Amino acid sequence: MSMGRIWSLMFLSVPILGTGMYLIGMLASSGPLALWFPENINPLAVEIDRLHDIILALIGVVFIVTSVALFWFMWKYDATSNPEKAKFVHGNHKLEVWWTVIPAVILIMLAIYQFKVYADVRINRPMLAGADGTLGTADDQPEPPSFEVIGRQFEWRIRYAGADKQLDTADDIIGEVNELHAPKDVRLVGSLKAADVLHSFFIPALRLKNDMIPGTRQIVWFQASKPGTYDIVCTELCGWGHYKMKGRFVVESQEEFATYLERLRKAQFDRSYDNGSPSDQPVSPTEQPAVATVE
Amino acid sequence: MSATGIPGDQVTESAGQWSSSQPTVGVSHQHADGHGHSSHGLIRFVRSYIFSTDHKIIGLQFLFSTLIWFFVGGMLAMAIRWQLAWPWQNMPIVGPMLFSGEGGQISPEFYTSLVTQHATVMIFFVIIPILTAAFGNYLIPLMIGAEDMAFPTLNMFSYWMMWPAFLLIGSSFFVPPYGAGAGWTSYPPLSILTESSPGSGMAQTLWLGGVACVGISSMMGSVNYLTTLIQMRAPGMTMMRLPMTVWALFITAILQAFALPVLTAGAIMQMTDRLLGTGFYLPELASANNSAPVAGGGQPLLWQHLFWFYSHPAVYIMILPAMGMVSDMLSTFSRKPLFGYRPMVMALCVIAGLGFIVWGHHMYTSGMSPVLGITFAAATVMIAIPSAVKVFNWLGTLWGGRIQMTTPLLFSVGFVSMFIIGGLSGILMASTPVDIVIHDTYYIVAHFHYVLFGSATMAIFGGIYFWFPKMFGRMMNEFWGKVHFGLTFIFINGTFFPMHLLGAGNMPRRYADPYHFELFADMLPLNQFISICAFASMAAQMIFVLNFLTCLFWGRRVGRNPWNCNTLEWAAPSPPGHGNFDFQPIVYRGPYEYSDPNSSDRDFRPQTERPSAIESRSENPGALAQTGSRHV
Repeated sequence: MSMGRIWSLMFLSVPILGTGMYLIGMLASSGPLALWFPENINPLAVEIDRLHDIILALIGVVFIVTSVALFWFMWKYDATSNPEKAKFVHGNHKLEVWWTVIPAVILIMLAIYQFKVYADVRINRPMLAGADGTLGTADDQPEPPSFEVIGRQFEWRIRYAGADKQLDTADDIIGEVNELHAPKDVRLVGSLKAADVLHSFFIPALRLKNDMIPGTRQIVWFQASKPGTYDIVCTELCGWGHYKMKGRFVVESQEEFATYLERLRKAQFDRSYDNGSPSDQPVSPTEQPAVATVE
Repeated sequence: MSATGIPGDQVTESAGQWSSSQPTVGVSHQHADGHGHSSHGLIRFVRSYIFSTDHKIIGLQFLFSTLIWFFVGGMLAMAIRWQLAWPWQNMPIVGPMLFSGEGGQISPEFYTSLVTQHATVMIFFVIIPILTAAFGNYLIPLMIGAEDMAFPTLNMFSYWMMWPAFLLIGSSFFVPPYGAGAGWTSYPPLSILTESSPGSGMAQTLWLGGVACVGISSMMGSVNYLTTLIQMRAPGMTMMRLPMTVWALFITAILQAFALPVLTAGAIMQMTDRLLGTGFYLPELASANNSAPVAGGGQPLLWQHLFWFYSHPAVYIMILPAMGMVSDMLSTFSRKPLFGYRPMVMALCVIAGLGFIVWGHHMYTSGMSPVLGITFAAATVMIAIPSAVKVFNWLGTLWGGRIQMTTPLLFSVGFVSMFIIGGLSGILMASTPVDIVIHDTYYIVAHFHYVLFGSATMAIFGGIYFWFPKMFGRMMNEFWGKVHFGLTFIFINGTFFPMHLLGAGNMPRRYADPYHFELFADMLPLNQFISICAFASMAAQMIFVLNFLTCLFWGRRVGRNPWNCNTLEWAAPSPPGHGNFDFQPIVYRGPYEYSDPNSSDRDFRPQTERPSAIESRSENPGALAQTGSRHV
């Protein structure tokens, strides 16, 4: 075999090994390559995973076809093994038109499809019915956030709306640092802020990621469908401790969540409340976030 | 040059005969003659080789400087990979020397400096200058048949403006924590509030000064390339006879000229925020780590818009010249005309045009209005179309050729192979909803390394092997070149392909130690595999260094046109003397006339080859008059 053909086999190994690695990542249940999107517990964001799969399938096919063509041309037209003269061709107008139009149509369809998905998770903010009591009318009000996360070097400060269901009022309940609780199967609206530099609030299990910008408030929404504890990750470089900005996202039943909030509220407002075990210790007043300075 | 030593004595003859091997003796003599006005040897040396205004010397100065920085940037990457594979372990050999205070391990603040400085060095000191300034300077005048750049002195300043940048960013390595630490994107407030991180101190000021100097240097270069390309083409060199390398450098120069001032201004504004207390990028009462609140009144997102308004076109600045060079090499070694020359030129222009309106795709999750994200997504997805057209045309060029498996050809095919991967994964992250998940994860790291390191560096290596004989009159060793290619290709893929899986598992970028998260705890073995591949790919570059250095002095001597190539630079002596051509080049045809069945004796037709009697009848009689060359 000529050297040229050995080189072309090396180029063939790229689509084979690449596709193989992706398949293992997707399908394997254990082993060092068993890495894939974490479980999605946010029913509002299932379309994101589907969109990813559609695009991945599409580009996977293009990857395999073009890489194999690259191999095949290298193999076939290697000068040392192919006696034919080179074709004196400058191009082909029809081909150019087709291979411009077909990708264009596919890509435009993709773009349009993703608008809807994106609008659902980022643009069409959940609304509440206005005075007329029905949703979808002109007097709908945006649903106010029921919790707030403030990114601060290098921790997450949490607050929940009190009985008035409004943040920034006197009955706000201060949560534990680095631990966000959420009731199962309830659509929640939250507010994101930063106290010092940029942070990015990322809960992989919810497919929720948004930067926190000092001086601005970001609104996010999600719904958690499966009880458990999940990672909160910072994905915007925020200083030397960026890597250790870890939080816990706890999904629990609605009753458990109500109990949790009540315990936090009592610890904060009820002087006669006896704090239980040390693990139940809520945030002490001195650790309250310095929100006022960034507003 | 000819044996008679009189430049220009061949003008009246068909210049095509120059394409066969010519003796190269006397070239260095001619070179020295070009500066003969100075009698003092030292001054003459300084003028010829240090403060030279000759585009070739400036190109080589850029080439050597950038290759040295390439090594520095590579070593920084090795340190990053060490930390990710063996977190908090003592770094072997260099650890005890560099961080004796920490007992030989990388501190978290130094890790943020590592990622910042690695990216800064690779982007601002390696990929951009090696493509636009080293190859651009060396090749543009030669490939269009000009004797030098339009503004030789400005050209010299553009190189020497890099030195303040080298010194500023180089000295930031000596300011604790040994380099700026806000990422190469330098997002405020982290990059402005000095109390926010150890890396945001003096090192960040030096970094900003360095970036501003790079910007000024590239602006001087781009103005020069544009003027030269428009004004100084040889007679007959119409725009549609330019080789793709020159077209790509032309479009790149436009991108640089229009986008860079924004970054330079933005960097200076960030500098005044830091030093003079202005508030372009800081919100009211911004403060970090209990520092005194600043007056502020600005917006952190403003920086991101200004930064990406430059840095997205910069992505194309880093890939378009590589695409042009690969087009030339693929056509040459397939012995076949480039497939679809006009569509290729159109695709370049469309990529560059769209490149100005897609910067927001770096900011889908930044907190800017999500509605804007949709606009940017539409434009970004569109940019995949011209990219696909280019890949299809490269495949079309290989199809039906007589492929010569030379080192430059292998690197060019390696470029196409990796560009397919890097380009396609770009469609995933162009999609706003998918990007919400993979933004700032290793998916992105895999993507841009496939484009910038996989693709652009493949083209750079290919270009060095390809034009080395022109630059130094000697060949690089082909055998070791191929070994270098094989190892580099295998280990780059081994390094960056698995990163897609890390990204699918959502491992974030710029994490000194992700393994304490439950989600990322089982990613250590794959990261160790990646690091071993990275170390091996770094080691493979030593083959290149040795090959380059030995062949510089002892490589096989060659004549003008060792690759039997059509473009004008191969009609000049190797290496070309001062003034480049020893005859007046006149261009009669396009750059890719390989394997023309009407040309019976050989499979290439240099651009200077006169048309035969039959051809000249069909030739457009006004073709010569179309050029605006000052040589006429």
